Amino acid sequence: MKPIAKPGNAERIEGGVSTALRHDSGHKHVTGEAVYVDDIPVPANCLAVHIAQSEKAHARILRADLSAVRAAPGVVLVVTADDIPGVNDVSPVAGDDPMFAVGSGPGTGLVEYAGQSLFAVAAADIATARAAASLAVIEYEELPALITVDQAMEANALLEPPYTMARGDAEAAIEKAPRRLSGRVRVGGQEHFYLEGQVALARPGEDHEMFVQCSSQHPTEIQHVVARVLDLANHDVTAEVRRMGGGFGGKESQGNLPAAAAALVARMTGRPAKVRYDRDVDMTITGKRHDFRIDYRVGFDDEGRILGIAFDQAVRCGMSHDLSGAIADRAMFHADNCYYLPNARITSYRCKTHTVSNTAFRGFGGPQGMVGIERVIDEIAHSLGRDPLAVRRANFYAPAGARSDRTVTPYHMTVEDCVIQPIVDALVDSADYEARRAEIREWNRANPIIRRGIALMPVKFGISFTTSHLNQAGALVHIYNDGSIRLNHGGTEMGQGLFTKVAQVVAEEFQVDIGRVRITATDTAKVPNTSATAASSGSDMNGMAARNACRTIRERLVAFAAERWQTTPDEVAFLPGRVRVGGEEIAFDSLIHEAWLARVSLSATGFYATPKIHWDRVAARGRPFLYFAYGAAVSEVAVDTLTGENRILRVDILHDVGRSLNPVIDLGQIEGGFVQGAGWLTMEELFWDDAGRLRTHAPSTYKIPTCGDRAPDMRMAIWDGGDNREDTIYRSKAVGEPPLMLGISVLMALSNALETEGGAYPALDAPATPERLLMTAERLKRAAR
Amino acid sequence: MRRHIRFHLNGEARELEAAPPTLTLLQYLREHEGLVGTKEGCAEGDCGACTVTVGELVDGAVQYRALNACILFIGALDGKSVTTVEGVRAADGALHPAQAALVERHGSQCGFCTPGFVMSLYTAYRQGGVADRAAVNDLLAGNLCRCTGYGPIIDAALEMRGRPAPAGEAERAAAEKAALEAMADDQTLATEAPEGRFFAPASADELARLYGEHPEAVIVAGATDVGLWVTKLHRRLETVLYLGRVRELKDISVRDGRLEIGAGVTYADAHAVLAEHFPDFGELIRRLGARQVREAGTIGGNIANGSPIGDSPPALIALGATLVLRKGAARREIPLESFFIDYGKQDRAPGEFVERIRVPLDGAGERLRCYKLSKRFDQDISAVCGCFNIAIVDGRVTSARIAYGGVAAVPKRARAVEAALEGAAWNEATIEAAVAAYDRDFSPISDMRATAGYRLLAAKNMLRRCWHESHAPLAETRLVGRGAAVA
Repeated sequence: MKPIAKPGNAERIEGGVSTALRHDSGHKHVTGEAVYVDDIPVPANCLAVHIAQSEKAHARILRADLSAVRAAPGVVLVVTADDIPGVNDVSPVAGDDPMFAVGSGPGTGLVEYAGQSLFAVAAADIATARAAASLAVIEYEELPALITVDQAMEANALLEPPYTMARGDAEAAIEKAPRRLSGRVRVGGQEHFYLEGQVALARPGEDHEMFVQCSSQHPTEIQHVVARVLDLANHDVTAEVRRMGGGFGGKESQGNLPAAAAALVARMTGRPAKVRYDRDVDMTITGKRHDFRIDYRVGFDDEGRILGIAFDQAVRCGMSHDLSGAIADRAMFHADNCYYLPNARITSYRCKTHTVSNTAFRGFGGPQGMVGIERVIDEIAHSLGRDPLAVRRANFYAPAGARSDRTVTPYHMTVEDCVIQPIVDALVDSADYEARRAEIREWNRANPIIRRGIALMPVKFGISFTTSHLNQAGALVHIYNDGSIRLNHGGTEMGQGLFTKVAQVVAEEFQVDIGRVRITATDTAKVPNTSATAASSGSDMNGMAARNACRTIRERLVAFAAERWQTTPDEVAFLPGRVRVGGEEIAFDSLIHEAWLARVSLSATGFYATPKIHWDRVAARGRPFLYFAYGAAVSEVAVDTLTGENRILRVDILHDVGRSLNPVIDLGQIEGGFVQGAGWLTMEELFWDDAGRLRTHAPSTYKIPTCGDRAPDMRMAIWDGGDNREDTIYRSKAVGEPPLMLGISVLMALSNALETEGGAYPALDAPATPERLLMTAERLKRAAR
Repeated sequence: MRRHIRFHLNGEARELEAAPPTLTLLQYLREHEGLVGTKEGCAEGDCGACTVTVGELVDGAVQYRALNACILFIGALDGKSVTTVEGVRAADGALHPAQAALVERHGSQCGFCTPGFVMSLYTAYRQGGVADRAAVNDLLAGNLCRCTGYGPIIDAALEMRGRPAPAGEAERAAAEKAALEAMADDQTLATEAPEGRFFAPASADELARLYGEHPEAVIVAGATDVGLWVTKLHRRLETVLYLGRVRELKDISVRDGRLEIGAGVTYADAHAVLAEHFPDFGELIRRLGARQVREAGTIGGNIANGSPIGDSPPALIALGATLVLRKGAARREIPLESFFIDYGKQDRAPGEFVERIRVPLDGAGERLRCYKLSKRFDQDISAVCGCFNIAIVDGRVTSARIAYGGVAAVPKRARAVEAALEGAAWNEATIEAAVAAYDRDFSPISDMRATAGYRLLAAKNMLRRCWHESHAPLAETRLVGRGAAVA
């Protein structure tokens, strides 16, 4: 038996809430010891599964002759939709993502994007499976393909009816306004480019059980989809995720197909089976950030204050729903950003195209919606000859606590926590915005080739899943009789540091050093019915669930201690590494041991459901968000007007994370989000050819930021006024997505740099590649002549 | 002839017989050795997640290179040492400074790219560290991270240098050197497996002989292109002829007023020499691929594969370089521009190979201007690459050699533009007249990198830039690299 430890007298625990604790896996990342799914040792009989893809964007499959595939040496199994015992569908919600297009049942006989899954081949190694798949003879009857938003809008090809959010009378207000303008902005999509591609390893068990280790933000959905495809009950399937090599939303629903394919092969052969997409398959078969075409009409006054505004957002959803409904909704929810729009109408068109079904990506539509309003603000400023910052300020929602009616969003939620003013004020000061704007004007007067620009971008981002029932989370906490703690919760670790943060919460609740808390893989057998780790909600929800589990155990411990030492519960307090009971202190480990001997349950589940939120989709009214996260950035750029090449020179960021759970992890999210957002709007360009084939399907053609693209001067800080008026986990705020939108400042700064090229408004589309910048500059020069 | 491949892996000897000729080091590590720390992110040498350190004896000293294991054929490791992320820690288990700095600076989030970063940093540490941000950018351009935004990694890279070498490092280096010396030999390597043959001739004569015997062989130097035939196009190469052990082809030196570059000279090894003679050519090479690509790829390969978007041919053509081709014992020398006949077609007979490149050193030096244009500054294939060798005497253009990549089916001279310039006064009117001639020289295509219209306009603007730079400081015209105003 363990000897009873001395209570000690530490003043604080190691690794509690708000400390700058390192990522729990950092030391394993650098040694190669951190295990990803493809690194898990497998038995020699494990099969590699290749998924064959459609070459056509839109076609009927007239004939699919797989006999040569089946006959190829080394092929163990070829599976089509006809082999699926359950349903031929791997979609997250709508039932419209066929697992395989080859077969005879529902979902077969038609392909709707180039790259769509046709059938799968299993062999001892992937090269054999891939080579065999290429022997298939597929006869297509090509059908007209709608590739772009423009083509879909022209053909009125929508996945669902247009949806509108409105407040006041936008049309009348625009008509009455002293000034008006209208325009269009296009915002490109984005490839996630998680460094680890989609991968799943399925192992068959007894009585139809299936164990799937996968790289997924949503193990519960993997479990449910595998069960659906294999015609099993959910309890037959276990999904486990220790870590992902990046997610960014790309592993919310896109892991369903590889997991289901691996499980189907495993079921049919009785052997373990793995699907690991190579980079080209990954980029052609999985969805991306939705690209948007946003039309706007706005009426405003001489100060630039918006009086009425109308947005038409046309969204490229691709061939199926996936999560597009909620994504398009979130774009509408963020069409206001930080600005009060007294009369607004926002209409969303969910275009069906014959391209891959677009999916979740950090920000989930919010960033695209924000680009729309930021464009409008910027163009208003240009038309008035004012600093865009002045126009932004004139339109901000009223600050928290102000007696003002400028607080209601176009979806009729009152913004109660607006702190954008103090953040922007502090940032303008620390970034020396005014002086640098003047200095840049001087530079541009003297330098005809290299032009510079600067812009400030404020962000307000709504936190909660807008699909209300998803706002629930669970956790499972065990304390073993030596006082060591094992933590499990429904959130997944994709690099964002969630496991570290939740472990900090547990350490804080029990007042033990973080080393006492073992972090474990996410496992559907331990915590059921979880939501995706998404919507920035990971630490908000799982932190609360874990805290609730801890508190259940703590209450039992308090009751036990009070009874054992003959005192009252309010005389029991958890101190660092020990517990005070009345006048005595006892080491935590000792208390646990005593509690165990006294047969106190030391294991508990915790549950959390986000309060206050509600949403009436039909009326387009409600409170979809518990609170908002805020932030602001100033970016300065330089543009080479001979080629359009450009650089980000300096970035200043001030971001609101409430009271930070872990400042180094939060800063990591802020910087990483910003760079990803800037990449989206500058160099990251998805290119489909006329036949609907994605031609940018590897890093040789699709360019994400490199080390050298990070601004040489980046000054980032967590806003020291941060708090959360809502009762969130230790009053922190979500941080995963909001900083991505600070990258919009780069697009605005590039536009600002181009303003020197002529009098007209640059109306710069995204991504602002060198080509788009040069061609925009040329247009401005021509107009000025 | 030696029949087996031998190399050192994390300090242990390995001998392989009958290895498939295109088995990559990454496959070998993950599937045969169970060393799964090295990751596959792209299998095309672009993301760096598979970076390893390869040691090689060069003139009696060990030279360390960071290379992409995903496109490195196993036979190319013959006689070399490989260190993977599993082999970096000190014998006592302590983290190497490169690892410790990354952990303490919060340089990993998802961690999947991290082993590759560790290996790039580790290699740099063994080479003496990284001095400043510009050097870090060059070091890490071939390592993509999607999570961190790079700041913490940059901090770690800069700070690593100040950390002491781990215990036992000197002994380890000595053992590695001894192992490399023990493996060194002058024998041609010839392996045979059911999948095909891999030859690594030890001399140019052996190369000529083997190529004569196997004209169907695919010649491989750095495999930064051919590697992708295997990993991306899934082609099967039955006979591979590897240049990396041919000592004569690795020579770069000045002879008879010319710079002679052996076909096996890597970009990395050519960089300093080219930069010394032609600063802008140096800058062009600095931005070609990334560190891992430049350590593997060769100028000769960049030419021999005949790509219309290789970056070194336009510069070499502008400089009037010639090519020495060899078949058996016979050699011929041709102007580089005439080597490129059409897309996918070069002036090279079966069994004939590029032996060396000759670059006249006639004072083009600072005059040579090279402009590489791509969506991203680092490690990106050019949309357009324009190189200008324009001599001006007393305000008049006395000669103009201008060559471009990316605007035609082959790297090509702008003959009409050159004609419009030659003999004319070097002034804006001449430039604008010459700009009009571009439409006669080039008819670029539109693709995912750029539209035809943009390519042509940018090509024209490069001449305008060249004019501007002839009487203004580079700081007024450049965003990155040499002379950059705002970096």
